[in-house]
Amino acid sequence: MKNRPHVQDFDWILLAIVGAISGLGVLEIYSSTHASAMAGMQWKQLIWIGIGIAGMFLISRVDYHSLMDQAPALYLVGIAGLLVVLVLGYSRLGAKRWISLGGLVNLQVSEIMKLIIIIVLARYFAEVHTDRLTLTDLAKISALTLIPVVLILKQPDLGTALVLTPVAIVGAFFAGIEWKHAAVGLLVLALLIPLGWNMRRHLKPYQQQRIQTFLHPEQDQRGAGYQILQSEIAVGSGGFWGQGFGKGSQNQLGFVPVRYSDFILAALAEEQGFIGVCVVLLLYLGLILRLVDNAQKAKDRAGMYVVMGVTAILGFHVLVNAAMVIGDVPVTGIPLPLMSYGGSATAFVFLALGLVMNVRMRRFVN
Amino acid sequence: MAGWNVNDRKIPQGRLALFSYLSVTLVIFLLVGFWKLQVVQSSHYSDLADRNGIRSIAIIAPRGAMLDRDGRVLVDSYPSFSILLLRDNPKLIEKALPQIEDGLGISNQDLRQQLDAAKNEPKFLPVIIKPAASEADIAFVESHRADLPVLDLMMVQRRRYPHGEMLANTIGYVGEVAPTDLEKNPDKYRPGDIVGKAGLEKEYNDQIVGTDGMRRVVVNSVGKVMRTLDNVDAIPGRPIQLTIDEDLQQIAETDFANKEGALVAMDAHTGEVLAMVSRPTFDPNDFAVRIPNKEWAQLNTDPNTPLINRAIQAQLAPGSVFKVVMATAMLESKALPANYTVYCPGYATFYGRLFHCDHAHGSVDLHKGIVASCDVYFYNVGKILGIDRIDHYATGLGLGRRTGIDLPGEEPGLIPSEAWVERVGHHKWYPGSTISVSIGQGAVMATPIQLARMIAGVASGGVLIPPHLVKNAIGLKSETFPISDDTVQQVTDGMWGVVNEPDGTTSGLVKLQNVDFSGKTGTAQVESYDLQKKLGKKLKENGWFVGYAPRRNPDIVVAALVQAGGWGSTSAAPIVRDVVKAYYDKKNGHLPAPPSTAEVIRPSGLKPVAEDSGAVRP
Repeated sequence: MKNRPHVQDFDWILLAIVGAISGLGVLEIYSSTHASAMAGMQWKQLIWIGIGIAGMFLISRVDYHSLMDQAPALYLVGIAGLLVVLVLGYSRLGAKRWISLGGLVNLQVSEIMKLIIIIVLARYFAEVHTDRLTLTDLAKISALTLIPVVLILKQPDLGTALVLTPVAIVGAFFAGIEWKHAAVGLLVLALLIPLGWNMRRHLKPYQQQRIQTFLHPEQDQRGAGYQILQSEIAVGSGGFWGQGFGKGSQNQLGFVPVRYSDFILAALAEEQGFIGVCVVLLLYLGLILRLVDNAQKAKDRAGMYVVMGVTAILGFHVLVNAAMVIGDVPVTGIPLPLMSYGGSATAFVFLALGLVMNVRMRRFVN
Repeated sequence: MAGWNVNDRKIPQGRLALFSYLSVTLVIFLLVGFWKLQVVQSSHYSDLADRNGIRSIAIIAPRGAMLDRDGRVLVDSYPSFSILLLRDNPKLIEKALPQIEDGLGISNQDLRQQLDAAKNEPKFLPVIIKPAASEADIAFVESHRADLPVLDLMMVQRRRYPHGEMLANTIGYVGEVAPTDLEKNPDKYRPGDIVGKAGLEKEYNDQIVGTDGMRRVVVNSVGKVMRTLDNVDAIPGRPIQLTIDEDLQQIAETDFANKEGALVAMDAHTGEVLAMVSRPTFDPNDFAVRIPNKEWAQLNTDPNTPLINRAIQAQLAPGSVFKVVMATAMLESKALPANYTVYCPGYATFYGRLFHCDHAHGSVDLHKGIVASCDVYFYNVGKILGIDRIDHYATGLGLGRRTGIDLPGEEPGLIPSEAWVERVGHHKWYPGSTISVSIGQGAVMATPIQLARMIAGVASGGVLIPPHLVKNAIGLKSETFPISDDTVQQVTDGMWGVVNEPDGTTSGLVKLQNVDFSGKTGTAQVESYDLQKKLGKKLKENGWFVGYAPRRNPDIVVAALVQAGGWGSTSAAPIVRDVVKAYYDKKNGHLPAPPSTAEVIRPSGLKPVAEDSGAVRP
């Protein structure tokens, strides 16, 4: 038994997987943008990866128990941040998601909220102790989750809002949700879908559009349906072996929408083929399984909840993004973690992994 | 919330394992999804990807020019741009329509009509919304590439007729290939191809069309051309040289201003057409750009039939010009003595009916019959010859059948015969009908070109030249219908007298110095005497003159028809004289002064651009 965590206790296997995924991401960002006005994006992404790694080491130094002690304060700060965004947030692409920090870095508060919700819910689940969540517990969990969800939806950012929910659902699963509660929950969800459908006029026009497009892609060839179609064409024309690095016509000619970010998997699928997709998805599966392994080896339940909160968010990102690229779910703006270009999103993943390292490094510490 | 941190070590290993299995299952589901797209449907999506990025752009070959006999340009082509509306995205079109209306100045109604017309065609075929784009239009399309991706430019070759209406009915016009022709020759034509629709443009279409080239380019998602994959150059159509002499044509056109009728001038040795006029006419430049429906309907239904080439398609009574056939038949058949003489009191009665003559000519022999154009003389000749002999000589001299000129739609005219009337009228020939036929009335119908060929034939001993419009044509043969020298001499002396003797029908008005100008007038009634009585008025006659020079073995023959022109001697003969005079003036080195009406018409739209016909945009 050691009393101090050591860097040697870092999960180097996990880091290797993360490095491989990030590297593929940087290469594909280069391939997608080198011949366009956006050339050089891969360097920006590398800088963000560097910042993320630094943040990961920093966050791993602070004992996760201390972080969880501060959960209520963090939660309040997060909610306040989201409110600030709504009031004076700086609008980009028709959505207020960024807070301008000194005019240099645009921080996406909702990304930080993901980290906060992981810690807050881990703390709540750890507090419950039992293997049976009562209805009151479930109500509290729902409230804790839905407040930021609604605030993020207002920005509007359907993708990030949705991403918070798996933390609660996966957490509840491990905390011991009763089957009948789970069944009722599923039933409520099932009922909510038609209700949500009727409420769709309260959605933003672009969200209505996306749902409409998802249901009838052929009606709208240049809007979101066009994006899905072009993405499918890119994936399909990649074939088994791919068109080759930098040679995908859909990617290089700009037919793949935001090919360096949300649809980077389509770009990769076109250039590297089914083989490349297998490599990437198996790397992600390796990442998830390795995270679960860390959860299994966590010193305490609190640590397990933290790790699985991170796993839930990353897994949801990968699942929804990959399904979107092949047209199985609507376009929601959920990026592929570590591969899609994006500062806040990349930094979030590394910070979240920092939490995992944090838990892992303390598995033998008293 | 105190006491949460109690070092609870109970980890739900079973549920974590379940989570792992679930993760593996979901990844397998995703991989199956990718497998379906990338392996099962790969070729389908590859096709779509190709269609996305690769565009085939036709490089339109310019049609060959048409030159006159001296190499002057009568018709040529110039490159121009058409604006296309891509229809593969209806929603985007809806959004773009108002902007297009403003930017290109096309009415909403027009745009919708064109979209409607194309709605049954494949979506990837664009609609041409503006066939002759101005520089401003092109700038508009170029500057809105990003926000109006439904617009595109196509380079086309447009036909230009620098002289406008001059020779229009002979040259014809071009237009988009008809759907029926497309179906018949799917390998030869593509939709939207420009083909000759009438006249020489139609007749020589296969010679003057070039072979279109094709350029395959890669375009990006906003339609910008990134690179060229391959390039098959267009082969421009070959020019054709016509037999037309622009100088003579201009003079004839000027003389025909505001008249209705036709003119044909031919080299009497070869059949080369030197000038050909038809009035009223049209401007083929109107067809070079897509002609608005209204204008097309107007041209087509105009009672004056401006699209008809009257030189080869007007089948009318030749009037007294036909007397040349009668004189030849009389002498050649020997059914009558060469010195046959008749007394003309100004009228005559046959089969109980009264037939008129212009004057009381007194004693008339063949020469006077031709020179003064005495009807009574030829009534008697016709009565003795009978319809079948007349038919034999008229048909032999090329009447009642096509001359075979290299133009589409030539009409055969008509020479009546006993067989014809039995076939068409189901009754026996009325001998009284022969009397009218003898002076080129009744059922006789001839076209200007037939009469020109017939007169030249008689004057050169029965050599019927093959009329044609293209220089150095091969496989042309003159036809011979031998006529004896005596006959030629007598008939041509008569025609010389028409122009040059004091009692000739032209009253000496069209004599030419130093040119042995001869010919025959005709003044054909357009209705019978009975109809005149019924109408209570006389419609104005069609004036004919067929002139030639010199008197025998002529160099040039010119037939002119002035409809509703009255006397042939005053309406048609002066025009023929002008053309013959110009012919000899030019031959003797005095080029005729170009008429002031020879204004060159420049089509609106673009100036010719550099010969990079592969360019998609300037």
